Amino acid sequence: MIELFEAVFRGLGQGSVYALIALGFVIIYKSSHVISFAQPGFMIAGVVLVTYLVELPGIGFWVAVPLATLLTGLFALGIERAVIRPMVGRPIFAIAIITIALDILIRTVAHAYLGINVRHVQDPWGLRTMSLGPLTVQQRHLAAVLAAAALVAVLFLFFRYTRMGLAMRAVAQDQEAALAQGVSVGAVFAMSWAMAGGLAAVAGSFAASGRSVDPLFWLIALTALPVIILGGLDSLPGAVVAGLVIGVAQALTQSYPHWVSFLGTNASVIVPWLVMILVLVVRPYGLFGTREVERV
Amino acid sequence: MLQVHNLEVVYDDVMLVLRGVSISVAPGQIVALLGANGAGKSTLLRALTGLLDVHHGKITRGSVDLDGQPVGHLRPAQLVTRGITQVMEGRRIFAELTVEENLRIGAHTNPRQFKERADRVLTLFPVLADRRRDTAGYLSGGEQQMLAMGRALMANPRYLLLDEPSLGLAPRLVDQVRDLIVAINETGTGVLLVEQNATMALSIASHGYVMETGKVVLDKPAKELLSDEDVREFYLGLAGTDMAGGTGRRSFREVKHYKRRKRWLS
Repeated sequence: MIELFEAVFRGLGQGSVYALIALGFVIIYKSSHVISFAQPGFMIAGVVLVTYLVELPGIGFWVAVPLATLLTGLFALGIERAVIRPMVGRPIFAIAIITIALDILIRTVAHAYLGINVRHVQDPWGLRTMSLGPLTVQQRHLAAVLAAAALVAVLFLFFRYTRMGLAMRAVAQDQEAALAQGVSVGAVFAMSWAMAGGLAAVAGSFAASGRSVDPLFWLIALTALPVIILGGLDSLPGAVVAGLVIGVAQALTQSYPHWVSFLGTNASVIVPWLVMILVLVVRPYGLFGTREVERV
Repeated sequence: MLQVHNLEVVYDDVMLVLRGVSISVAPGQIVALLGANGAGKSTLLRALTGLLDVHHGKITRGSVDLDGQPVGHLRPAQLVTRGITQVMEGRRIFAELTVEENLRIGAHTNPRQFKERADRVLTLFPVLADRRRDTAGYLSGGEQQMLAMGRALMANPRYLLLDEPSLGLAPRLVDQVRDLIVAINETGTGVLLVEQNATMALSIASHGYVMETGKVVLDKPAKELLSDEDVREFYLGLAGTDMAGGTGRRSFREVKHYKRRKRWLS
């Protein structure tokens, strides 16, 4: 039983990372109806930045992560301004394809900085464990859960109480009406990209703790795709819940491979996609997505 | 003074929707803008509030002037800051936000004065004060219209542009909306009132314009419009009635006459 709960906690740790990346997807989608496939690129860019920043004297993990988050956010904002903004009003599909190109571009450049050396974010946890009641859990997973919880709380307050957050919610609902009230929709787009970039950088930093950053690291961000589909493209709570669900499902199939032995070895890699497909059969708009009302 | 001179607006580079429209709204005045569907009334409002872009529309000729300064090229946010705010057709409130959040969006350009402006709006629309924390989408149609107007007032406009505020409202609510427009106007706000309900619009306006296929075809004080035979026939549905209210039967031959006569200025 203890083992099961430990696996669940491991899943929550991993799921928090997925949730943070997925939140970025959803924030961009809600404000501009663009599905940005550039999230893995921003995550890699953020992590690579962290690995370089921690090598500077006097900058540890705790300074490097916020700094990299800020820089990645600004970078994402710049990308939006330079590449995505001129495409406003064009087909959403074309913009989505552009974001794929952006992702490949950013990743390629970031990988060039990774080189062939093993790079670390020099997190304070490594693979150390601690006891949480009867459970023995890895500190990095607890850290990821706490960081995600804190960020979700901040996002909630931001969208609830700040002027910009409210403007973003208004734009998500009715762009033209928001414009008519004097909301700058361009600023909202820029803000949403900056937030998505920042969230990806944080997610990457916590995903990279206890391991090295290598050219396959971006695959973690790819798992955010089934997460957002599962949670519903336009739902922030959905992104968090689905991220945790998929993280836990993955961890469970890792710990108990015989549960899914009919899928062959290493089934945990495809489990996120399986869960997504199964849920979509029952709820095509995802767990929390807005049901599309269509008149036939 | 909010003025439009010989304005031409083209949608998608091909559709000429406004063909040389000129109107003006003086400070503190109520001006009615009448016209059938597709006459270009909403387009004119979009041109006044910078919302043409969203619909791929462009001003190709003429100008929009606010106090003598051209403002046709400004972005919506800048126009709101300068005192032109629009209540769009169909209310367009943010259904998932609460009433108060809707008002906060209305004050987006000037959040510091939210409190005093909210107080003013809530005194004007007491019904909103009662439902402050409710989700706006659950308000009744009349309440939603009040919310849309209240939200626009949060920007403290000098000129309020109303696009069919009586749309889909019961007659009693239409009266209430009319009284509110008068009350808003009494605080010094100029009102440009686009309406299908010509009786209501002309009853409170001091001046009126009638638009048809992208042109202003009648431009007269509201009193004269009310007694104008064509307006009475085509907009007030008072065909064949004289000013005293007596009715006479009309034959189909005269309906043909209506068709011929409706090409106002050609």
